[in-house]
Amino acid sequence: MAVIQVERKPLSLLERTYIPQIVGGLRTTLRHFFKPNVTLQYPEQRPEISKNYRGVPTLVMDPNGREKCVSCQLCEFVCPPKAIRITPGEIAADSPNAHVEKAPQAFDIDMLRCIYCGLCQEVCPEEAIWLQNQFSMSGYTRAEMVNNKAKLYELGGTLPDPHLKWDHKKAAAEHGNGH
Amino acid sequence: MDFSFYFDLPLWLRLVLQGTAVILVLFPIAAACSMAERKISAWLQGRPGPNRTLPPLLAWVPGIWVLQKLGIFQLAADGGKFVFKEDPVPGHVNKLYFIAAPILAMIPALTTVVVVPFGAYLDSAGKIVPLVLANVDIGLLAVFAVSSLGVYAVILAGWASNSKYPFLGGVRASAQLISYELSMTLSVLPVFLWINAPGGQGTLSLFDVVQFQSQPGFWGGAWFVFTMPLSAFIFLVALFAETNRQPFDMPESESDLVGGFHTEYGAFKWSLFFVAEYCHMVIGSAVFILLFFGGWNPLPWVTLTDTVQALAHIIPVATHPLFMGILGISIFLVKICFSIFFFMWVRWTLPRFRYDQVMNIGWKQLLPLSIANLIAYTIGIALLQK
Repeated sequence: MAVIQVERKPLSLLERTYIPQIVGGLRTTLRHFFKPNVTLQYPEQRPEISKNYRGVPTLVMDPNGREKCVSCQLCEFVCPPKAIRITPGEIAADSPNAHVEKAPQAFDIDMLRCIYCGLCQEVCPEEAIWLQNQFSMSGYTRAEMVNNKAKLYELGGTLPDPHLKWDHKKAAAEHGNGH
Repeated sequence: MDFSFYFDLPLWLRLVLQGTAVILVLFPIAAACSMAERKISAWLQGRPGPNRTLPPLLAWVPGIWVLQKLGIFQLAADGGKFVFKEDPVPGHVNKLYFIAAPILAMIPALTTVVVVPFGAYLDSAGKIVPLVLANVDIGLLAVFAVSSLGVYAVILAGWASNSKYPFLGGVRASAQLISYELSMTLSVLPVFLWINAPGGQGTLSLFDVVQFQSQPGFWGGAWFVFTMPLSAFIFLVALFAETNRQPFDMPESESDLVGGFHTEYGAFKWSLFFVAEYCHMVIGSAVFILLFFGGWNPLPWVTLTDTVQALAHIIPVATHPLFMGILGISIFLVKICFSIFFFMWVRWTLPRFRYDQVMNIGWKQLLPLSIANLIAYTIGIALLQK
């Protein structure tokens, strides 16, 4: 490797007093004094959150307003800190969604246990559970920190997913499967 | 308006009133400096600084948001907290000296203001009279003598705390304060050599320094910062060191000594150290301005008397002692505020010195420089005033 000898110039008298450097530094800091602030006034102004952000896990509906979760309990089993507790339930026969396997009767995610690892989202065969862009969870009691089913759907909203797997399956069954 | 009744009061009552007024002004100024420090630090770093606190009872007042954004209520809340929170005395300290130290820190800080003039007015005979609590001839000597007592408070606090970091902080502080005091004193000697011309009456009064800078003519009206820039520079650097400001914040050294000499202090006792430090800053700035920046004269070559007499053509009350006094004090306060801003500005510009660098600058550079400066000016003044 080539060695480059850097010539070290001795400091001039003016440079050794540091005064020009100090004046230059003062000018820099004064420029910052008059610059606009960069602070975000947090609770009132919220930062822009990336679409890929993995925040609080939520449950989503499909475009027809059907809850996508079929309470297979895979997320409950995979959850490393055991934050998810699902009570599976049947869907009433007269419901328009009767062709879907099941639906959760209760779905609780204990946010005091959740480690935001995203395994639940990864394992979900129905794409029903999503880590979305909510990044701050707070509450005054332990009970407040447990998201129940209603809260999870409220946070989750609707997933604009056009596949509608269960409707296709029903239509296929009506046409004798295999067409 | 006639204020002669005030001058008919007995002297002791006037002194008590003036003293109380000065303490009542100096204490809030020192407190306001702490908020100014936080705000200016924030602005220099591109932050808004404390701007949230607002007592709900006052929220209806229109325009109160200005005070809220300036953090005035944060200052009140912080100050009030110091008074009401528990004041712990650790078990391992030397109680008497531990409690005495913050008191000893306050006494010199509030005492030096006595000899510092902060304005002047023309009396009925047309003679200029200083606004000062004690117009004594030893002025500057008294400031140096009393303010250097402040080092005892730091040593005492460091030693009485009976633990490592405060002790190291106290030792460093004493070494630093004593080293820079030499350069500081030597740097102002040329000013007084120049003022005390041979044959005249000798004086060390700060009022006379300002009067000397208020003379007519090109050389008479020049502030000493123009005629003695090196003295002013040395004095300013030593002032930074004497007031424990960055880049000379050895006594506290938050990064290596926790809190330095006041590590073991909390609540009200700590706030006394804090206020004392800002008082030193205010008084130090005041002395610096009196010595080198023309005191209450608005501009170089423009004296307060000239200003008032020019204003008298527009507003007839301008020559009234009250108006002139308030004008002089305001000009002086504006200069002090700028000086304090400069302290804070430098704080966020320069990196801290290491302890050995502080000692090197003090003993090997500043002291020889101030001695050379003194010798050069002594010869020059001797030739000029022959």
